Amino acid sequence: MSSRAAPLPEEGRLRSLVDFYATQMRTSVVAQLQYRAANYFYMLGMVAEPVIYLVVWSTIARQHGGAVNGITAGQFAAYYIVWTLVRNMNIVFGAPFWEWRIREGRLAGDLLRPLNILHYDLAYFAGWKFVVVALWLPIAVGLSAVFHPDLHPSALQVVVFVVAIWGAYFVRSMFQATIGMLNFWTTRGAAVFDLYMATEMLLSGRLVPLQLMPGWVQTFADFLPFKWTFGFPIESLVSNLSTRSLLLGLGAQVMWTVIGYVLFTFAWRAAIKRFSAVGA
Amino acid sequence: MSESVVHVSELTKVFKVPEREPGLRAAAKALIRRQTREVHAVEAISFDIEPGEVVGFLGPNGAGKTTTLKMLAGLLYPTSGEARVLGHVPSRREKDYLRRMTMVMGNRNQLQWDIPALDSFELNRAIYRLRRDDYLAMRDELVELLDVGDLVRKPVRNLSLGERMKVEIVGSLLHRPMVLFLDEPTIGLDVTMQKRIRTFVAEYNERHGATVLLTSHYMADVEALCKRVIVIHHGQILFDGALSHLANEFAAYKTIGVLLEDGNVELDGYGEVISRDGDRAILRIPKAETSRVAARLLSEHQVLDLTIEEPPIEDVIEMVFAQSR
Repeated sequence: MSSRAAPLPEEGRLRSLVDFYATQMRTSVVAQLQYRAANYFYMLGMVAEPVIYLVVWSTIARQHGGAVNGITAGQFAAYYIVWTLVRNMNIVFGAPFWEWRIREGRLAGDLLRPLNILHYDLAYFAGWKFVVVALWLPIAVGLSAVFHPDLHPSALQVVVFVVAIWGAYFVRSMFQATIGMLNFWTTRGAAVFDLYMATEMLLSGRLVPLQLMPGWVQTFADFLPFKWTFGFPIESLVSNLSTRSLLLGLGAQVMWTVIGYVLFTFAWRAAIKRFSAVGA
Repeated sequence: MSESVVHVSELTKVFKVPEREPGLRAAAKALIRRQTREVHAVEAISFDIEPGEVVGFLGPNGAGKTTTLKMLAGLLYPTSGEARVLGHVPSRREKDYLRRMTMVMGNRNQLQWDIPALDSFELNRAIYRLRRDDYLAMRDELVELLDVGDLVRKPVRNLSLGERMKVEIVGSLLHRPMVLFLDEPTIGLDVTMQKRIRTFVAEYNERHGATVLLTSHYMADVEALCKRVIVIHHGQILFDGALSHLANEFAAYKTIGVLLEDGNVELDGYGEVISRDGDRAILRIPKAETSRVAARLLSEHQVLDLTIEEPPIEDVIEMVFAQSR
């Protein structure tokens, strides 16, 4: 029989973290596969938003002689079809879900584990992305057949895009987690979340390509994190950004990830002292 | 002398709870100035637990048991006082500490709902950084001890409450914790399942020398597992000692069970008759008078059998709380 009053020995730290990410991502895939139909209906629901934008902008483009601010109907199609993938990639453990996590007592269980809670969420949603991409592919093919996107990326653009959609995922994870900390101070954080989401909607390129916004709005957006979670990844694939702009964009994502992580860490340390574990 | 595994000194937790009168006027007033009330959930409690001890933590709802357990598990930040478990300050939530303890909450599900428990166990292996061979050996040992069998292959949501509790416990102990905080581990379970879990806790404690602090409203749990109990009420410790001493200290009466040859004998003059079934009777007698009443019964009637017992532990606990009001 095992030795008395001693925990089991542990593996090395780095190897363990890689092992945790692989295991948690696998667990997430297994969990998502339990609900294949639900996931698909969810994806179809999500497609409604960009398709509306796409139809509206394509119509306007046609009415303006084929382009709006230099963006053709085919480029709008490319923008919003890529949008569907970027949107699914930047879905993270959202700020409002922290309220659920606290209220349902899930946080207490998470806190008992010897692991930074961010790793837990990052790995789980990262695993989910593999299911999402698999489900997205036939939708993208269908949308392309209907809307004929004008999309001719270079190899570099494809590489940057693949990195940038993960960058968007990390930036958004950090900021949503930081905003989620509000739940430790108020049980009605929804108003702040709504304000955050509205700002993101306008300044990220989600509602409208930033290229169609006034110049000062575009400049303003450059200095905020939102653009790097939506507009930049899309444009890295569909626009003709220079190599310098592509690399600067990736750099901005790294910078905002670090800023978001630092903000989260400070907020988390203060928040956890206020945790009352009620209902846990 | 061995060093305490759990050391608690003057530990206090005060919650600030928002409070206001009903109605529109009070609601408007609360917009400007929010009223709060302080709730002293735990007030300056102190105790030590030695390695390998199994201690019952008893008290009515809202007494402060779970709050104390949560402070010891690092879930709650104490308002003041000191807590140390395995030499760690729980509120710092150091990874080395979290790897050596576990907390099982009877009314909470910590496994993933939609997937088989085996997948959640695998995730716990990765979280606790366990070597695969050690993990498999421990998992199989726990599965066997709790007689879990193939339940681990079903999605957790398809398990009954009792089955879920068993797999929860397996998941919580895979890393072989040295300290177990068990908060109502048998709540809502049927008698057979309660017994199974009790036997398991005793076996785990015996095999691994783990220290256990247990809360339960089922006295059968406490009687089966705990030599020592800590009774808490209104956030304060009322008793800390051997379970066997609890009745001595707090019970004001004993019960005399008597079997008489003549079932028509009048017994009201001896004490309070709790039950009467023909020639059998149970009397409640003030503790100081027990010997005298027993002697009278034996001398004045044809007694076929007579037993003197402490009151049931549930009654003793009730007396402890009654005396503290």
